[in-house]
Amino acid sequence: MAEITLPKLNLSDAPAAPAINAPTLIEINQVSLYYGASKALKNISVNLGEKIVTAFIGPSGCGKSTLLRCINRMNDLIDNVRIEGSMKVAGQDIYAKDVDVIELRKRIGMVFQKSNPFPKSIYENIAYGLRLHGMKKKSELDEHIEQSLRGAAIWDEVKDRLHTSALGLSGGQQQRICIARAIAIKPEIILMDEPASALDPLATARIEELILELKKNFTIVIVTHNMQQAARISDYTAFFYIGELIEFDTTTKIFTNPAKKQTEDYVTGRFG
Amino acid sequence: MSREKKSNRTAGWMGIQRGHNAHPIEWLAEKFIFLVSLSAIVMVFLIFAFVLREALPVVLGKMDSAAVQPVIPVADMDKIPADELRTYLELTPEQFAKINHDTKKMLMESKVEGAQEVPDNPDAKLNTIKWRYLIFPHQWSGYAKPAYIWQPISDIKKYNIIPLIIGSVKTTIVALLFAVPLALGAAIYVSQLANPRAKEFIKPAIEMLSGIPSVVAGFFALIIMATVLQKVFGYESRLNSFVAGIALGFAIIPVVFSLAEDALTSVPRAYTQAALALGASRWQAAWQVVLPAAIPGVSAAIILGFGRAIGETMIVLMASGNASIMSWNIFDSARTITATIAAELAEAVFGGDHYRLLFLIGALLFLVTFLTNMAGELVMNRLKKRLEGKS
Repeated sequence: MAEITLPKLNLSDAPAAPAINAPTLIEINQVSLYYGASKALKNISVNLGEKIVTAFIGPSGCGKSTLLRCINRMNDLIDNVRIEGSMKVAGQDIYAKDVDVIELRKRIGMVFQKSNPFPKSIYENIAYGLRLHGMKKKSELDEHIEQSLRGAAIWDEVKDRLHTSALGLSGGQQQRICIARAIAIKPEIILMDEPASALDPLATARIEELILELKKNFTIVIVTHNMQQAARISDYTAFFYIGELIEFDTTTKIFTNPAKKQTEDYVTGRFG
Repeated sequence: MSREKKSNRTAGWMGIQRGHNAHPIEWLAEKFIFLVSLSAIVMVFLIFAFVLREALPVVLGKMDSAAVQPVIPVADMDKIPADELRTYLELTPEQFAKINHDTKKMLMESKVEGAQEVPDNPDAKLNTIKWRYLIFPHQWSGYAKPAYIWQPISDIKKYNIIPLIIGSVKTTIVALLFAVPLALGAAIYVSQLANPRAKEFIKPAIEMLSGIPSVVAGFFALIIMATVLQKVFGYESRLNSFVAGIALGFAIIPVVFSLAEDALTSVPRAYTQAALALGASRWQAAWQVVLPAAIPGVSAAIILGFGRAIGETMIVLMASGNASIMSWNIFDSARTITATIAAELAEAVFGGDHYRLLFLIGALLFLVTFLTNMAGELVMNRLKKRLEGKS
């Protein structure tokens, strides 16, 4: 069993101890997804706990991002996608006919791989989601925006330039703006699709720090290519391979004593 | 040994100094393309220079359109200097040198006769091509109050260009008010909301509109639209700037649509996804995120539409009623700058007052579109920079 070397990081929390007793929030039951004729997800069943960080790992094209996007129904936007099985959040089937996708997405925020702040001012970026959900008063907006920016650990860097374009920020700052934008509308779940893959190590460390901070209030599901990252920040890890869920367990178990050979080969860097 | 090695090496590297000789065809093609683009700039400049040259005497106030001109009695012919005589007879030095004394005398007699045919009107003494008659209202004799009048072919030539400018402006405004919302709506729908199958059908259909020859569009407006619109709105004159504006709108919809659709489509999908993930509906994402992000391109589309509308000739010539009435009412007939030039230039005396004045309004048109484009460019650059966070 090869050792995983963790680079020294100044994280506020140590790598989380497995939180075994987290209550289930997301129930994924026998979910399959087809792009046209090809099956991208094969009978995935997994339960994800509340207020912990769950990491999806696996080689490119294994379906981890696809599964993530099922949780807030972003796959609805792609033509020719068909989903089977059931997916429940807090006991409610999110693919039921009477589900309001807009309300669902308000509760399940998302941070994308490539930072994508709107080409508006920093203030407007955060205000957008708040306004969408009916907040109009300036004082209220101001307060929530400051809160969110503080929550995303970027307030100090941008407080003097709130009304300049968010595109003028660095990549890492932009990604934290996106996180601030996601948490501003107070979702319960935040989905992160490789949020640090385009960032340098320092910016990555800041994002990871932030994720550990955020899990106090939010349930986080994160897709990552970076196994050290998964080891550092997640409580549970799911390993996917070609559309199948190979293994799901606490992060400590996956990285130190995986049950399956494939998982071991992947986390030790023998393939992938 | 070592020297030989060195020289070999140098020989091997000689190739990097060949420069353009290495790819002569590419070099030639590049230069050729450069020349072509340069010639476009030269053409624009030449056209403007030509138009301006023809209009310059009016601009500088050197023309005199007064019907009553000073007359020199034929008897005085030999007393005045040759140069003065030549100017009086409106001859070039070559012409003047060619003709003999008797011909000059005949010319002088015809001048005197011409002076007797001058209309009996106090305004006949006015040089109506002066700037103050061109742009300010004037109380012509027989009129109750000062008026803006364009009557280039009457006894007293009245050249006020304001009715033409208003005709152009109001027709263009109607066209833009009609076309821009439709074209933008269609562009947003096609680029953001439509499913691929609908898009495949709608986009070419709208773009096909631009293939309609403007004379056909004008004909359609003249025969069909004018009647239908008059029945619907019940206004008095059948052909007016409203009809012309709507027909013009159909001509500029494809222009605005094409460019705006391109601009909207090139907004990164990531913005839409971010908005949707925040709980925006597709319509909200398109309207509140994608459209603002595409504003530079969309305003370029509108400015181009404006240029096309104010410069379009055939449709307005056929459908606007062509009466140079000084009125902002869109249900009155109107005559635009372009239609005036198209209809009158062929009949204007070459080099005469009317001729030069038509060139003047042509230059004005050119200037307006040029300045709008330039201002648009400036605004767009600034907007782009602000969106990109560079200022």
